[in-house]
Amino acid sequence: MSSLLSIKNMSVNFDTPRGSLEAVRGVDIEIPAGMSVGVVGESGSGKTVMCRAAMGLLQGSTVNRTGTVIFDGHELTAMSKEQVRELFGSGMAMIFQDPLTALNPVRRIGVQLSEGLRVRLGMSKSDAMARSKELLELVRIPNAAAVLKSFPYQLSGGMRQRVMIAIAISCNPKLLFADEPTTALDVTVQAQILQLLRELREDLKMSMVLVTHDLGVVAGNTDYVAVMYAGEVVEYAPTKKLFADMRMPYTEALLNSIPRVDHKSGTRLTVIAGRLPDPTNRPVGCSFAPRCKYAQDKCTTDHPELKTDPDGHIYRCWFPIGESL
Amino acid sequence: MAGSGTAHMRNTVDSVLTVRDLTVEFRISKNKIVKAVSGLSFDVVKGETLAIVGESGCGKTTMARAILQLPPPNSGEVIFDGTDLTQLPKENLRSARTSMQMIFQDPISSLNPRLTVHQLIDEPLEIWDRGTRVERDERINKLLFSVGLEPDLVLNRRSYEFSGGQCQRISIARALALDPRMLICDEPVSALDVSIQAQILNLLLFMKETHGLTMLFISHDLAVVKAISTRVMVMYLGKICEVAPPDVLYTKPAHHYTRALLNSVPIPDPTKQIRTELLQGEPPSPMNPPSGCRFRTRCVGASALCAEQEPQLREISPGQFVACHHPIV
Ligand SMILES: Nc1ncnc2c1ncn2[C@@H]1O[C@H](COP(=O)(O)OP(=O)(O)OP(=O)(O)O)[C@@H](O)[C@H]1O
Ligand SMILES: Nc1ncnc2c1ncn2[C@@H]1O[C@H](COP(=O)(O)OP(=O)(O)OP(=O)(O)O)[C@@H](O)[C@H]1O
Ligand code: SF4
Ligand code: SF4
Ligand SMILES: [Mg+2]
Ligand SMILES: [Mg+2]
Repeated sequence: MSSLLSIKNMSVNFDTPRGSLEAVRGVDIEIPAGMSVGVVGESGSGKTVMCRAAMGLLQGSTVNRTGTVIFDGHELTAMSKEQVRELFGSGMAMIFQDPLTALNPVRRIGVQLSEGLRVRLGMSKSDAMARSKELLELVRIPNAAAVLKSFPYQLSGGMRQRVMIAIAISCNPKLLFADEPTTALDVTVQAQILQLLRELREDLKMSMVLVTHDLGVVAGNTDYVAVMYAGEVVEYAPTKKLFADMRMPYTEALLNSIPRVDHKSGTRLTVIAGRLPDPTNRPVGCSFAPRCKYAQDKCTTDHPELKTDPDGHIYRCWFPIGESL
Repeated sequence: MAGSGTAHMRNTVDSVLTVRDLTVEFRISKNKIVKAVSGLSFDVVKGETLAIVGESGCGKTTMARAILQLPPPNSGEVIFDGTDLTQLPKENLRSARTSMQMIFQDPISSLNPRLTVHQLIDEPLEIWDRGTRVERDERINKLLFSVGLEPDLVLNRRSYEFSGGQCQRISIARALALDPRMLICDEPVSALDVSIQAQILNLLLFMKETHGLTMLFISHDLAVVKAISTRVMVMYLGKICEVAPPDVLYTKPAHHYTRALLNSVPIPDPTKQIRTELLQGEPPSPMNPPSGCRFRTRCVGASALCAEQEPQLREISPGQFVACHHPIV
């Protein structure tokens, strides 16, 4: 299977007054063409930074990115900012986590949506506007004509999120990074949007990186899942395999904290005690060791290496689940 | 008023918040008006967590903001602790807001990027003169701890340096700083992974038990709603469909929209992916809502009556109220 995106040994550090903050470290990940890969992990584990860094969207003097990113035959890490930007829209696109900060507050939705169509697809002004209206209808926004003329503040949270989705899919990208794309949507609209994304994957062979904390969404919409912890990918496996036969203790703990509709109301939820390690001062051994119920001495002294099972299941743990000591 | 009714109102002395006939409209051009909230009534009693779920764009955020008078509603009453906030002069409103706090839906953009985390949480404490410098710092540390953030690591950083979920937790800490009696949460945990989500929900449950915190909890996550709420209100296009205790609502929903919602909850198990019927039809426009029952254009149970008459809320089992001519039995 060929990879559309391959990230090799990518690290991202931010210079902060307290020292270097290692947001992503040594990530290796392959996104096979036409596939959907889920990314899950604790808040602050580096999911957004990984996606943005892969697209070359992190800029400024405080950001250091190392490693290589190859997309569709282009080595992005060897290209200039302008060259990478050429690939936005019909190559790669991103649905950002916070629509309010991603949308321009003083420009009408129609202008923001048709801009890409005109610049990247060379559409005329009126064609682009007509297509923009269709796109809004595609993401189930009622009254699309009126919404085209609205400003972001006039829309509900879920409407803004759908506008972002419409912008991201407008130029038929080969690869879509979707960072928490449905958090502001009710479950019926969410189901429709996820179906739309599935159709785009089938019809246009679009690949997708789906960052979400909703493990129900992951279960039904991804072929593979990457689990991140403290800046690293700690487990990577086909979705069914991950849920049925996880190897990482962190993944197990994560799945145990899912709130479920079939539980009685008022039930206390299971938490993973403790918190993510300080990203400016990572522990020497396994990052999860202070919180791991399977931790042994070795875990606090040696950083676990990536292991690959014969079936391709990848994980980073000295004492994986399902292996007797 | 229509489609809503008042059968579900308890009108007790224990009400912390009573909302009557709340209406919010936005004029977006000379002859176009968005009816975001249409004659909504409900009450929240002390220690209760009223969850509000409903279609995206049905008016939840607008309603929450109207309760806080940000901006005030076009009409209706908002009685908080015995005072109608819509009648209150600006200065008194400011102090009323200290006991009613809101966590906003967009965590990153709701925090001032120029302030450090310490300044963000200290701001309300300082304005309302809550304790000495030392006491306030202690309080700030405690708050950050309770939302799962390490004070030493975050105090001097600014919001743009944080992830979405971290910003969410900072705004929760800020909202809890003044020990509000009532908390209005707009999607408070939607940006959080399940473990942190659980931690925050447990914190809110704890605050409810120990401080008698009363909450209005807007969320799309039906599993979260079930875990935290004592009463659930389902909305569609600015109106109430159904009000019931969570265990009842989830096991025997009476409104057709409630059932459609429950059928769409994603199941966290890749082997149990039954593709349920998606809700059919286009969501109607709030500028021109359907006559009668607003859900009728997409309802499988609709009859001629549904187009003619607006259904009123009525009690169909103890504590369960539904606005539907042909409820599911
Ligand atoms: N511009 C920045 N400057 C400094 N630190 C940053 C910056 N952006 C992100 N970080 C830090 O990098 C780490 C990873 O952040 P990231 O946004 O990738 O998390 P995430 O996994 O997407 O979390 P969430 O689920 O909460 O969105 C966090 O510790 C965050 O504080
Ligand atoms: N300032 C405004 N001007 C014009 N229309 C507005 C304004 N604010 C909200 N609206 C409209 O009011 C309706 C209700 O919006 P609201 O934000 O209350 O929805 P919501 O239920 O919170 O949705 P979501 O779940 O997507 O956040 C929408 O149709 C929206 O476009
Ligand atoms: S390496 Fe050790 S501490 Fe880390 S996850 Fe595995 S068992 Fe737990
Ligand atoms: S049966 Fe009629 S009243 Fe009930 S939800 Fe359907 S359309 Fe509305
Ligand atoms: Mg993120
Ligand atoms: Mg909202």
